[in-house]
Amino acid sequence: MLYAMCFFLFVIGLYCALVKKNMVKIVIGIMIMEYSVNLFLVMLGYRAGGVAPIVGKDEFDAVSGMVKSSFVNSSVDPLPQALVLTAIVISLGSLALMISICIRTYEKYGTFDITQIRRLKG
Amino acid sequence: MKGMTIIVKSVSSWVKMLVLLFGIYITIFGHLTPGGGFAGGVILACSYILLMLAFGREYAEENLSLCVASKLDCVGALLFAAVALCGFIYGAAGFFLNFVHQKWQAGQGSALKLVSGGTIPLSNIAICLKVGASLFMIVLILSVFRADSSSGKEEVS
Amino acid sequence: MGMSYIFLFFMIFLVIAALIAVHTDNLLGSVICVGAIGFGGSLMFLFLRAPDIAITQIAVEVLGLIILIRATISRDKTFLSGQREFFGIVVSVAILFAISAVCLKAFDDLPDFGTPAFVSAARTQEIVASQDYIEQSLSKTGAANAVAAVILDWRAYDTLGEATVLFTSILGAVVILRKKTRNVGETGL
Repeated sequence: MLYAMCFFLFVIGLYCALVKKNMVKIVIGIMIMEYSVNLFLVMLGYRAGGVAPIVGKDEFDAVSGMVKSSFVNSSVDPLPQALVLTAIVISLGSLALMISICIRTYEKYGTFDITQIRRLKG
Repeated sequence: MKGMTIIVKSVSSWVKMLVLLFGIYITIFGHLTPGGGFAGGVILACSYILLMLAFGREYAEENLSLCVASKLDCVGALLFAAVALCGFIYGAAGFFLNFVHQKWQAGQGSALKLVSGGTIPLSNIAICLKVGASLFMIVLILSVFRADSSSGKEEVS
Repeated sequence: MGMSYIFLFFMIFLVIAALIAVHTDNLLGSVICVGAIGFGGSLMFLFLRAPDIAITQIAVEVLGLIILIRATISRDKTFLSGQREFFGIVVSVAILFAISAVCLKAFDDLPDFGTPAFVSAARTQEIVASQDYIEQSLSKTGAANAVAAVILDWRAYDTLGEATVLFTSILGAVVILRKKTRNVGETGL
């Protein structure tokens, strides 16, 4: 059920990117798609009743240096979190690039409307 | 661009140091508590952008100009690559090897201390410099562009 | 059982904010709704036991709002709206329905919400990567934060690629927003 709602969020973003005429609305649609994918990846690694994947003071054996099995059996998956951490910062970089393209286009054509840009020449 | 009112200026002159300190704390303790290089770098950029929004673009450019920010960005990226290449000292399969932990720190009971984790804190600092300088640069460029285009002057970049 | 009600509440909030962001004519309104999606997502990350990502998402959300507002406010013609021609919309919506029908069938193969992916993979495979990362992060890398150990030790190549992508995108944005060409003898960025 929760995965289906994540996918519904993705479809809303895809609809916005396909159908709207305003360039900034298209950028907003792409951002909604990125949020939904990050959320889905982190939800894949969730364990019900789990703890964050950070070892505390009393969760490891000081003599041997190994973590206790109670921690291993109750922590959430750290691998999707590592993927999503870099993806969030990259989405900010790509947002900056898209917005700079929009601003330059507005500077040249005077409008954000993509159908008008198709008809003007030069 | 102009700054904001006197209340915003006086409050943000106290708060900017706290935000900077918080960003540095999140970066350095990234291997023990949640956070790391990416979160610390973004918070560091936020502190300089707070300066820019409250006091105006010229004040922020005196503090950290565009040239210095781009050089910091490159220094961060090169530091990350240098930490990775130093692993080659210890054998051919040594790219990104955590040589500090495996040679000098393993088995010495340094878990959960600040000086632990090997090359991980060094990589965190490099990533923090890189991400913070990049994000500050992009917001500065956006405001420079808007100032030039709205006033109608043609300025050499 | 109480936890999934919280997640359901947050997801409904995100879906409503996304619908408003898509349909409103006012650009300032949709930018504010995107901010609401980001904050709701950050709270969801906190309840999903991912504190690193919650910190990063809040700060990135604030910067994203600053960039979006700086681009759209005080530019004329921000009340532009409307859609493209009718036939294009019908074809797009039909294709979206077809994609949804196919993808929702794939969700039957996923494990239930609440079981991590590596637990159900461990029943069929011998070696699972996430199990090794959790067990050996403290002893082999010395870091207590398993996520930091994964991105900077076990999977450091991906972080190198991410640094390259960020560098390139910021470089592209700076080059696009450059004003006139430099005179001879001028130094600058």
